[in-house]
Amino acid sequence: MSAPSLVFGWHDWLNLFVHFLMLSMMSLGGAISTTSEMQRYLVERQGWLSQTQFADSVALAQSSPGPNVLFVALLGWNVGLNSGSVTAALSGVAISMIGIMLPSTVFTYQVAQWAQRNRELRAVRAFKQGMAPLVIAMLLATAWLLATGGGKGGEHTDNWPLWLLTAATAIVIWRTRLHLLWMLALGALLGALGVV
Amino acid sequence: MSASPLPKPSSPPVLPPADPDRPRPTSLTDLFVSFTLIALQGFGGVLAVIQQQVVERKRWMSNEEFIEEWSVAQIMPGPNVCNLAMMIGTRHFGLPGAMSALAGILTVPLILVLCLALVYAQFATQPQVQGALRGMAAVAAGLIAATGLRMSVALTKNVIPLAACIAIAAAGFVLLAWVRMPLAAVIGLLGGLGCVLAWRGLKR
Repeated sequence: MSAPSLVFGWHDWLNLFVHFLMLSMMSLGGAISTTSEMQRYLVERQGWLSQTQFADSVALAQSSPGPNVLFVALLGWNVGLNSGSVTAALSGVAISMIGIMLPSTVFTYQVAQWAQRNRELRAVRAFKQGMAPLVIAMLLATAWLLATGGGKGGEHTDNWPLWLLTAATAIVIWRTRLHLLWMLALGALLGALGVV
Repeated sequence: MSASPLPKPSSPPVLPPADPDRPRPTSLTDLFVSFTLIALQGFGGVLAVIQQQVVERKRWMSNEEFIEEWSVAQIMPGPNVCNLAMMIGTRHFGLPGAMSALAGILTVPLILVLCLALVYAQFATQPQVQGALRGMAAVAAGLIAATGLRMSVALTKNVIPLAACIAIAAAGFVLLAWVRMPLAAVIGLLGGLGCVLAWRGLKR
């Protein structure tokens, strides 16, 4: 499926912006949790991106340094490119990133401020302590889902060297003070040589 | 705690760290640069790097403080690590600190990912490049698991008995990773249970 070519008016940009503003408040547990909704809207409903462009944007942002939310910038970039120019692509980046960040950031800032001011309250302390076990479970579950290919039919489930690499990384970084970049370099090297 | 500045309604409070001997970021520039460097080391997720740098190397906060901030950052809407960076910035320099940390974690990585998108087309089909990305993704998954395991030390100081903590964490893992129950339902169920247990444990 080749990239669609679009004629984008201001109301299209507005639609995109408003949609990302809504997704921002729905992105509980991280922007990545709204990926399927973005795919439905951008690819299936509006036809602004091809499925390949969408999947490549997510994969590229995952393998690039920085927060995973940057895949949203690439989605905006590609929507802009499909409508014809680099200027449009940069507008797409700005509109999608501001849209996805603004509401959640303002909201979280206010809540965090409130929680800090009232940090001696029994309810605030109970919330922070009470969430701790689940927070660890969420991290381990995320690691599990990433290691098994995000639940997309379990694409890595039979690749035991890859599993071994994930498990070895977890143990080495947990038990030693080795810098993370050494493990990433090792992973890249083993992958490039075709070992995993 | 009596020395903590009472917040005026107009200005957000800048709170002193719990331990006065603890190092802290020296300036807004320090925050920006620190978070830029943290973000640039974070392939496939930044949390592992934030924990290692902020808790174990820079020692801006303890493991217990970190997990408390992270529990708020992770439950709130929005990208978790951006929420966390913003909250750490706020702790030290209020709203300007929040903006510096957030700008630090996003700006340079954003420029980098756009450059990467520009050159991606030339290299995407090479098997070595695909292999390297696959290897790095496997390591990134391991890093997230290691962060969870490291933070689990904080559970021994939790008001909830350790056995109950482990039971909640295990149930959460099964529901999220294997049953694939929606996050909001798991937070309501197990997060609610944890809060009730912690509430009862906090005698005050």
